[in-house]
Amino acid sequence: MTERTELTERPERTDRPRTEPLLRLDDVRATLQLRGSEQVLLNGVSFTIEAGEALGLVGESGSGKSLTTRAITRMLDPGFRVSGEITFDGASVLGMNAAQLRRYRVGDVGMIFQDPRAHVNPVHTVGDFLTEALVHTKGVRREEAEHRAVVLLDEVGVRNAEQRLRQYPHELSGGLLQRVMIASVLLAEPRLILADEPTTALDVTAQSDVMAILDEQRRARGLALLFITHDLELAAACCDRLAVMYAGEIVEQGTHVYDAPTHPYTVELMGARPSIDERHDRLPVLRYNRETHEMLKAQA
Amino acid sequence: MSLGPYLLRRFGGLLLVLLVTSFLVFGLLYLAPGSPLAFILGPRGGTPEQIAAVTEQYHLNDPFFVRYAAWLGDILRGDLGYSIVYRQDVSALISSRVGTTLALVSLAAIIISVVGIAVGTFAALRGGWSDQLTSTLAAIGLSTPSFVIGVALISVFAVGLGWFPTFGSGTGGVDTLWHLTLPALALSVASAAYLARITRAAVLEESGREHVQTATVRGLATGHIVRHHVLRNSLIPIVTVLGLTIATLIAGAVVVENVFALDGLGSLLVRAILQRDFAVVQAVILVLVVAFVVVNAIVDFLYTFIDPRIALGSRQ
Repeated sequence: MTERTELTERPERTDRPRTEPLLRLDDVRATLQLRGSEQVLLNGVSFTIEAGEALGLVGESGSGKSLTTRAITRMLDPGFRVSGEITFDGASVLGMNAAQLRRYRVGDVGMIFQDPRAHVNPVHTVGDFLTEALVHTKGVRREEAEHRAVVLLDEVGVRNAEQRLRQYPHELSGGLLQRVMIASVLLAEPRLILADEPTTALDVTAQSDVMAILDEQRRARGLALLFITHDLELAAACCDRLAVMYAGEIVEQGTHVYDAPTHPYTVELMGARPSIDERHDRLPVLRYNRETHEMLKAQA
Repeated sequence: MSLGPYLLRRFGGLLLVLLVTSFLVFGLLYLAPGSPLAFILGPRGGTPEQIAAVTEQYHLNDPFFVRYAAWLGDILRGDLGYSIVYRQDVSALISSRVGTTLALVSLAAIIISVVGIAVGTFAALRGGWSDQLTSTLAAIGLSTPSFVIGVALISVFAVGLGWFPTFGSGTGGVDTLWHLTLPALALSVASAAYLARITRAAVLEESGREHVQTATVRGLATGHIVRHHVLRNSLIPIVTVLGLTIATLIAGAVVVENVFALDGLGSLLVRAILQRDFAVVQAVILVLVVAFVVVNAIVDFLYTFIDPRIALGSRQ
């Protein structure tokens, strides 16, 4: 990994590494017509993820983190207008036709959602959910798919895997169901995993277990990861680099962000974390707002 | 709840409903003016001796509760009673007609489910002008009475084009199917329109669910997602409406049976009410209530297959 400290404003096209990164976002803008006016929801987002690398994307609610993953998987509502360039392994994602897009979703990217309860169809068994993609998109025989599912469930720490396959999602705890979701993504053998707050909907003990499993499996298989979270420590612990989002822009990214942030927003964000060692009468409040943001941009 | 106690509870409920409805119907018929005497003795009426004899024979002057209790006692012994107008056992009357109504309602139910679900799904997924068009057609279908549709179908397809017979229920097999096509169509238009609207709403709601996003991002084919995730999960409202519709079709067949001169339960019921033929009215109502409760029990039972989170007899 290179020690680049690229401040977001304008990615220097000249010092681009010679080999293409696995995923590259270049000046991605997403706009939406809302009540007659154009809302800019992603404003020039640029970053890269190398094969096997983990990038943590942090920022407050509404800053555009989830929207970024949706842009990467082309899952934005049809009302969005997306410009800029998203390339996966050199191929333009925005330019893919329907067949190419399906192939990309089947084999290249895997998505882990925040709430497994809502994101797994409640009327089909866990086994159906796990094998569905293999059977219907990769033409794997059902018995073979089930065998692979059992092996993977075992690897992500789900006991009695054979029996779990016949159970329904509502019979599993949230933590267990999120492991099933992780297993379903790993089964597809993607090269990049997008994890959108995969532990937020879980209770605290399940959170650390699930995150440990995701981290371990990703490293073992050498998969790239885009990890979206509110949890700065967690992001720093399991990612190679961090990117900080504010108001649809990446304000700062690199390996230094956690230990030595330079952007005023990041500095405040890091300072606002509650700590077990200190006692606060009031939790610190971010004073950084849209005005500060626009002012800083005008100065730069 | 396991199947045994569940069926037992439903059966108990059914008996209670039957008791209440039979009492209500008996009471209402008793209060309504008119008497079966006019139909038994003919338009000229009878001599006072004849009237006294018939009144005596059918216990027409007995107090209400005595007559109701007598009728109830007969039912418990498995005797549906004797029609004083047809001079025939009610059970024989009903069994000769229940087949026609059953065939008519089954055919209509098939048309309703196929057309309603297909049109509703199409409208929801295509959107735009096809959605507008189907919504308008559904509104027209819902607001047109079935006898108007029946008469229109007869004048176009039976009289005008001569493709179908104008009346009667045929001699069985394909002939019955041929005779019942127009009546079944007339019977199903409004319900199919209603089911199409329900299906459209359910499919729209299910398409927006998070698990559909999961399926999409996994690269599954659109047809597969529609069948296995959207339609499959829309089945609860669809089956509910379908169950209620089929149950009410049996009573709703009355009008269509009259338009197409079919000898079904509906036409029997209408005539029996007009003629104060108590035993026949009661028996037909009993059959309708049993059908209604049984269809609803089947729907409840289907829920547990459609959605594994619903347990048999739960209130979810």
